[in-house]
Amino acid sequence: MEETTDSYTAPAGQDEVVAALRAGDEATFAALVDELGPSMLRVALMYVSTRAIAEDVVQEAWLGVLAGIGRFEGRSSLKTWIFRILTNRAKTRGERESRSIPFSALVAADADGDEPAVDPDRFVVDGAWRSAPDMFSSLPESRLLGKETLRVAQSAIDALPAMQRAVITLRDVEGWSSEDVRNVLDLSESNQRVLLHRARSKVRQALETYLQGEGT
Amino acid sequence: MTTIWQRIRGKPRGLTCIELVELVTDWFEGNLDDETRARVERHLAGCDACTAYIDQMRVTITVVGRIGVDDLSDAAKAELLHAFRDWAHS
Repeated sequence: MEETTDSYTAPAGQDEVVAALRAGDEATFAALVDELGPSMLRVALMYVSTRAIAEDVVQEAWLGVLAGIGRFEGRSSLKTWIFRILTNRAKTRGERESRSIPFSALVAADADGDEPAVDPDRFVVDGAWRSAPDMFSSLPESRLLGKETLRVAQSAIDALPAMQRAVITLRDVEGWSSEDVRNVLDLSESNQRVLLHRARSKVRQALETYLQGEGT
Repeated sequence: MTTIWQRIRGKPRGLTCIELVELVTDWFEGNLDDETRARVERHLAGCDACTAYIDQMRVTITVVGRIGVDDLSDAAKAELLHAFRDWAHS
């Protein structure tokens, strides 16, 4: 497993976590599985076809982590190292399913080309809004953050192309930093931003359609 | 990858709305150069429509942040803890 970046400094507490794992501390392991499990599922789902297989891949990856933790040298973050193991397992599994698309092709498909954030028909010729959008924040919070609204947002995310879905999920659902997302998904800074921008723009559109559709 | 930068670069005039909506994520991420950031902020100061659009994007991020995460099943976690115990005692 290559661990790059000479100037890398481990996050506070990482050495303790690694030491506890090596010493067989079950609570530390359980906490790490709780912390990283959801993101690992998301990332695995970029490579394999079903949630069940993704869950399987995540389990395999954790076994790989246990097998390798004795050799972990701390030259990348533990998180980045764990996700490299995960993506390797997921790619292998995806190839076995023979549905694997080269990663660079996935990124290119979702980040290249011209994809306007807002339907160009909503602007007049000189580039101004034909009619102004409505503030979302003037709606009652019970509606904005109600179950149905969250469901609409989730369906919009589910409908996104794989890379856009992965980036918005890690950034905005799970609250990762852009640096972590770039490291784990091996994206350039500009691709990360393009994918996030497109994903958020589409979810915004879905929410606007939904929130204005019902007498706001 | 295009085009917003090609479209706005070197133009002395203010931004149009259709240009501004492509810069929102870069602006939120603190990723604009000083001059472009100033153009975005000048535009917003005079444009209620784009101000409302920014509001929509901010609320969208908040809403997405409230979606629960999809976690491993309890069975999968139990298997992992079992495997960990075996590993720790081997």
